[in-house]
Amino acid sequence: MAKMTKEEVRQTKDWMKTEEYKELNFKRKSIVINPERACQPLGAVLCSAGFEGTMPFVHGSHGCVAYYRNNLSRHFREPIAAVSTSLTEDGAVFGGQANGFEGFKNCLNLYKPKMFAISTTCMTEVIGDDLGAIVNNARAKGFLPEDVPAPYANTPSFVGSHIDGYDNMLAAIIDTLGVKGESVSDVINIIPGFDTTTGNINEIKRLLTIMKVPYLVIADYSNTLDSPLNGEYKLYNEGATTLEDTKNCVNNKATIALQKFSTKKTIALLADKFKQEAKAVKSPVGIKFTDEFLMAVSEITGKEIPKEIEDERGRAVDSMTDAQQYIHGKKFAIFGDPDILTGLTSYLLEMGGIPKYVLCSNGNEEFKNDVEALLKEYGCDEGEVYIDKDLWHLHSLVMTGPVDMLIGPSHGKFVAREAGVPHIRLGYPIFDRVNIHRYPFYAYSGVINLTTWIVNKFIEIVDDTSDDAHFELLR
Amino acid sequence: MAINIKESEEIVEDVLNIYPEKPRKNRQEHIGVNKKDACGSCVAKSNLKSLPGVMTPRGCAYAGSKGVVWGPVKDVINISHGPIGCGHYSWGTRRNLANGVPGVENFMPFQFTTDFRERDIVFGGDKKLEQAIHELKGLFPTTKGFVVESECPIGLIGDDIEAVAKKTSADLNTTVIPVRCEGFRGVSQSLGHHIANDSIRDYVVGTGKLDDSQKTKYDVAILGDYNIGGDVWASMKVITEMGLNVIAHWSGDGSIEEMRITHEVNYILLHCYRSMNYISNYYNEKYGIPWIEYNFFGPTKIKESIRKIAALFDEHIQEQSEKVIEKYEPKMQAVIDKYRPRLEGKKVMILVGGLRPRHIVGAYEDLGMQVVTAAYEFAHSDDYERTTKELEDGAIVADDLNEHEFIELAHRLKPDLVASGIKEKYVFQKMGIPFRQMHSWDYSGPYHGYDGFEIFAKDMDLAINSPSWKFVKPSWKK
Repeated sequence: MAKMTKEEVRQTKDWMKTEEYKELNFKRKSIVINPERACQPLGAVLCSAGFEGTMPFVHGSHGCVAYYRNNLSRHFREPIAAVSTSLTEDGAVFGGQANGFEGFKNCLNLYKPKMFAISTTCMTEVIGDDLGAIVNNARAKGFLPEDVPAPYANTPSFVGSHIDGYDNMLAAIIDTLGVKGESVSDVINIIPGFDTTTGNINEIKRLLTIMKVPYLVIADYSNTLDSPLNGEYKLYNEGATTLEDTKNCVNNKATIALQKFSTKKTIALLADKFKQEAKAVKSPVGIKFTDEFLMAVSEITGKEIPKEIEDERGRAVDSMTDAQQYIHGKKFAIFGDPDILTGLTSYLLEMGGIPKYVLCSNGNEEFKNDVEALLKEYGCDEGEVYIDKDLWHLHSLVMTGPVDMLIGPSHGKFVAREAGVPHIRLGYPIFDRVNIHRYPFYAYSGVINLTTWIVNKFIEIVDDTSDDAHFELLR
Repeated sequence: MAINIKESEEIVEDVLNIYPEKPRKNRQEHIGVNKKDACGSCVAKSNLKSLPGVMTPRGCAYAGSKGVVWGPVKDVINISHGPIGCGHYSWGTRRNLANGVPGVENFMPFQFTTDFRERDIVFGGDKKLEQAIHELKGLFPTTKGFVVESECPIGLIGDDIEAVAKKTSADLNTTVIPVRCEGFRGVSQSLGHHIANDSIRDYVVGTGKLDDSQKTKYDVAILGDYNIGGDVWASMKVITEMGLNVIAHWSGDGSIEEMRITHEVNYILLHCYRSMNYISNYYNEKYGIPWIEYNFFGPTKIKESIRKIAALFDEHIQEQSEKVIEKYEPKMQAVIDKYRPRLEGKKVMILVGGLRPRHIVGAYEDLGMQVVTAAYEFAHSDDYERTTKELEDGAIVADDLNEHEFIELAHRLKPDLVASGIKEKYVFQKMGIPFRQMHSWDYSGPYHGYDGFEIFAKDMDLAINSPSWKFVKPSWKK
């Protein structure tokens, strides 16, 4: 085959930026290209990292676990512990029970977990291994002591995405550990959802402390995945949700989840089985959703929102009005997980920005309706919402209808480069910038952070591209 | 200072003491103390199943096929065939740099998957795969072919990807290569390398032709260089200066077009023996092309390798090669003079895949450093045969070293540097031990060739001698 000439290469590249190509691209049904979506067990491993002394125990090949550990480590820049049952061909033929038994035994001996959080892979789902039976048989045969809880969740990679794996694992843990008591405490449960911004969790805790609200964060990895460097490696870091607290969490006054799509099953479990007041709020991104979150807390607990927080809010609004001129009318393409996108859409609209493309590889109709309602509320008729689409679709969108900025995980950088526009990293995963996950984009502090990142990026571009005459001191 | 063999034996013994009898028996066969004249497999047994329930560093066959061998081939579309995860996790995470316009000549920045859903598991995915290849051909008409990498479910639900490959390649007049690299096959990435090599043998080898007028007696192919951070470019610079003509290099910055004509070369220069010895042997058997292993880490090994390669050729190449050595030796000496005083005597523990734990020893030694542990994820007995000779007596050699053992060894050996992967990086950094990722060069590189050694030396220095390590203990607790 002859080598393409430079001209042929350029022509092909140019064709990929056309309406004609976009049409062809949107017609495809059987191939997914650059999806911003991972598989369920990754979410299960993340969730497990939020519990005291817990070892994520993945039933399947160790290759899967190597991938989850790599992926999460690259984002958090932290050690991620997880084991597998190291299944091979014979496991495919005879089932994975024997490896399960041996896995429990070896893991208990080496890593002494207080709890196993068991999830599955597509292999064990396809061969039809019965986790309940494996756990029961392991207990009966003495491989798994009675005092080590072993909640298990089916997390097939061919259903849903990482956010569902998080939800399934969390529901299993609460279902297994939770013991309904007689009395109800004053504590409210906070469930962050699949949120890999540890700064968000810390920010919510800080606000609840200011409000003097007793709270329990369930699946709290804000410390375990942001642990101090002090010369000692701890397999199980301090600060995760304790098993005792998890047992009692069903007796707490209420549960608020900070994400809706990654906690559906868990919220339903708490409400239906444990008869708890449990609900998800919109992720507190931007002023409006933060107000709503605080009002929900206030309503449930009877605690007033103090002046200190009102002042914080005022400072955030001040930062917005100071900087809104740089965002007003600017067009954004945003992508990532559904809850973050809903919040981000709201924030951008509050700033007068135009969320031109809101693209979610793992969003459903409900998500689409939520975002479209927001667009309508602000009279933004330029916004388009795409579900079950990938970043190659996004490529076609921004090449045919340009935007000023991309906001989303690192994978979007290829589209941003093609489009020649800046890309602010937000969500999961972030592999190519440091420390972003330590800064909240939730609540009023988050408003200031988002505004800082977005606006200063726009200003930097003006500085970088202006001629001498327009290279001004004032911006 | 020489390593005390008896002390090393006691350390290994001590680390293994945590295990009850059965796993202990298993693991003690995999961890040994080096003696240069010992047989490799006497020091460590290898390529066997990992213990369930322990944190093994290993990956799977898919990772070996897609992630390592086929993934870097830039002008074909690699389809991760199955559910969403595998393709997602192996997307852009191995730093195989490649030239070429993305989407036209180079598909490296992409992640293509058939994204299996429940219905595909139930009804099979062959039709979907066929449709996917048709759609891709429409969207990326310049692709030079398709490689279909099977994920776990494919082999379990009985899909016939070979038939789909045959049909689509006929229908579309293109190359479609089925790779049966389901993750449950074998015990590590290693079988995936072998499976991928076999698919190259069956579908690619000998399918192209190099015009006679273009042939020279100095034509070579570089195999087993994955161009991590630009490695193959740094290596080619040296090999080209020697006067040799690199016709093909795989799979780093590689292309199927070059793979097709590789049988036309006179010699194969093999860097990663573990992952590409299979296909090298095949070229030798079928075409009589000799292959030679070389090592381009650090000036000592580079010099040895240059001479070893040059000896295959005539006096002209040998003269050129000596000139190359002469040209770079002073530069390398300057690097050593700069960094050796800062690194002399520092102890290193290495755990990487199947090549580097032995290959990179010389580079550390050039800097005056001492490798006290060389461990592999997925090496075989032939790798261990090659390892014992490279290491000092008394160094610990380990196979499928798990996280617990690694940490316990480090507690006892007190290394100044740990050289391993992303899963291990933050474990050791939390312990206050400097660390470099040696799969990805920690987002630096290249480390191959003369250019690479300068970067390698700088990186080891900045890891070990960073002032930031001084702050691990609070000032009030010192």
